[in-house]
Amino acid sequence: MIVITVVLVLMVLAALWASLTTLLLRAAIALALTSAMLAVVMYSLGATLAAVLELSVCAGLISVVFVSVISLTQRKPFKDYVTRRMSRMRRFWPLPLVLIAIGVALSFVHAPVQVALPLPGGDGDVRTVLWNLRQLDLFGQILILLAGVFGVLVFFKKEAKDGD
Amino acid sequence: MSDVILLLPFAALIVLNILPRGARAHAWIVAAAVFGLQTAAAILLPFNVVDWSFLGPFEKVVGFTLRADGLSVLLLLTAGIAGLASIMVGRASLGQPRARFAFANLVLIALIGMNGIAMVRDLFSLYVFIEVTSVAAVILVALRDGEAAFEGAWKYLLLSAVASVLMLASVALFLLTAGGVSFDEAAAALAAPTPEVWIAAALFLCGLFVKSAMVPFHGWLADAYSEAPPAVSVFLAGIVTKASGIFALMRLAPGVLSPAGPGRMILLVVGAATAVGGALLSLTQTDMKRMLAYSSVSQMGYIIMALGGQPALALAAAAVHFFNHTVSKAQLFTNAAAVESRLGTRDMDRMGGIASRMPVTGGTSAVATLSVAGLPPLAGFWSKLLIVIALWNAGQVVFAVIAVLTSLVTLAYFLSLQRKVFFGTILPEWSEVREAGPGYVVPALALAAITVAVGLGFPFLLPILLGGGA
Repeated sequence: MIVITVVLVLMVLAALWASLTTLLLRAAIALALTSAMLAVVMYSLGATLAAVLELSVCAGLISVVFVSVISLTQRKPFKDYVTRRMSRMRRFWPLPLVLIAIGVALSFVHAPVQVALPLPGGDGDVRTVLWNLRQLDLFGQILILLAGVFGVLVFFKKEAKDGD
Repeated sequence: MSDVILLLPFAALIVLNILPRGARAHAWIVAAAVFGLQTAAAILLPFNVVDWSFLGPFEKVVGFTLRADGLSVLLLLTAGIAGLASIMVGRASLGQPRARFAFANLVLIALIGMNGIAMVRDLFSLYVFIEVTSVAAVILVALRDGEAAFEGAWKYLLLSAVASVLMLASVALFLLTAGGVSFDEAAAALAAPTPEVWIAAALFLCGLFVKSAMVPFHGWLADAYSEAPPAVSVFLAGIVTKASGIFALMRLAPGVLSPAGPGRMILLVVGAATAVGGALLSLTQTDMKRMLAYSSVSQMGYIIMALGGQPALALAAAAVHFFNHTVSKAQLFTNAAAVESRLGTRDMDRMGGIASRMPVTGGTSAVATLSVAGLPPLAGFWSKLLIVIALWNAGQVVFAVIAVLTSLVTLAYFLSLQRKVFFGTILPEWSEVREAGPGYVVPALALAAITVAVGLGFPFLLPILLGGGA
C-alpha cells in the first residue's frame, strides 16, 4: 500500500511537470514518466496486461512519436523561453494548491467504496472480455484511430503542401 | 437491421479508401448514398436483430449488442437528413479534392459514432461512440484553412476532453458501485442511490452538459460552428452536437438518471438558463453564423427543459423539438453558407436586401426562422407548444412562462436577422449578386418543405408519436 501511495504521488508530480513545463521535450518525458508510474500502479493491483500495454504503448510508443515530432521543430530563442516560462508559472500557480485542496477534501470522505471489481462475465479473461463481450467498443476504438489518420492528413496539410 | 446500420457506413469507408486516386473526387457520392439509404431505412424498415449465425465463428465480429427503439429511429433519421444536406453543401463549397475526400470519410466516421449512440445500451459504449463522433467533429472543424478554424477546433477538443474525463470517471464509479455499466444496472443503482452513485450520475450529467454546450459550458460552440467550413457547420449544428450531448441526455434522463427529485430540477434550471442565455447572446451578434450558433444553444436548452416536464409528454416534446430543430438549423446554416458563398462575408451589418437577388435562400430562411421562433402552422410551433404543455402539466408554471418569453426573444433576433440580411433595399455593392447554386438551393428547399409538411401534418402525426413512437 505504501509503495502504491508513493508511486501515486510521484505520478501526480510527473503529470504536473508535464502540464507546467514550457519545453515540449520535457513535457513528453514527463508524460512518459506519468505513464510508467501508472503502469507500476496497475501491476501492483494485479492488472498485468493493462500495465504492459500502458508501458509499451503510452510510455513507449507514444513517447517515441512525440520525440520524433519534436525533433522536427525549431527551438525558440532563450529570451522568449524565459519570458514565456514566467508568464506560464504565474498562470498555473493555483494548480498545485487546488490539487492539495481536493486531496484534503477527499480525505474527509469516508464513504465505503466497493473496490473489488465485479467479474466482467464469461471466464473473466481479458481476451474474452475484449473480443466476446466488448467487441462493440473495440469497433469504436478502431474508428477513433481511423479518425486520427484523417486528423493527421488535415492538421498537417500545410506542411505537406510546402513539402511538395 | 441495427448491426447493418452500423456496418454499412464502415463498409463505405473501406470502399472509399480502396478507390483509385482519380475516383476519390467522387467520394461524396458514396457518402451521400449511405446517408440517403439510412434516411430511407429509418422511415421504412423495422429495426429488428439480425441473425448472423451463418457467419459461424466470425459471428462475434459483427453480432453487436445493439437495440433500436423509437428514440433510436429519431436519431438515425435526423442524422441521415442533416448529413445529406451537409454533403450537398460540401460538394458545392469544398474546393480542394483532398478536403472533399477527408470530409466524406469524416462524416461517415461521425455517422457510425451517431448510429452507435442511437442504439447502444450501456454507459461505456455510449461514451466510446460519443468519443468517435466528437473526434471526427473536431477534425472536421479544422478542415478550413486559417488560425480561426484551428482555434475553434482546439476549443472544441479541450472542452470535449474535459467532458470525456468526467464521463469516464462516472463509468468507472458505476462499475465499482453498481456492478456494471448497462443502462439497466445504472438505473437500478440510482433507484437506491449511495453517495458514490450520486457522484457518478452527477459526473456523467456534467459531461453531457459540456458536450451539449449547456450554459455555462457553451463557450466552445460559437467558435466551432462559425469557423468550421460551411458544410461542417451544417453537419455540426444540424446533428452532431445534438447526438453527442442532447440525444444521450434524452436517452438517459427518463429511465436511467430518473427525472424525479433533484434530477428533474437540474434539467429544468440548466435548460432554462441555456434557452435564455443562448437567446440573449444571439441578440448581440453581427456575424450570421455566430447568431445561428447561439440560437442553437438556446434551442438545445428548450429540449433539456422539456425533459423536466410531465413524464408522459416530456420525451415526446423533446423528440419533436429535436427533429424540428435539426431540420431548421441544418437549413439555416445551409442558407448562411449560400449567403457567404455569394457575398464573401458573414457580417450582417454589411448586408441588406439580399432576398431580391437570392429569393430561394431568403424565402427558405424565412420559413426556418419562423419555425424556430414557434409561429404556427410551422413545425416549430407544435414542438414548442408540446414543451410548454409538458412544463405546465408538471406544475412548472415559471419554466413554462420562461419558454414562452424566450420564444419571443427568438422571434426578435430572427426578425433582426431577416431584416439585416434579406429584407429592405438592396445595397449597391450586392446588386449583381446571383442566387446560390443547386448545392445550396436544393437542400434548403427540401428542408423547408419538411418544416412545412411536418407543421401541416402534425395533428395526424401526434397520435402515432404518443402511441408508439419516441
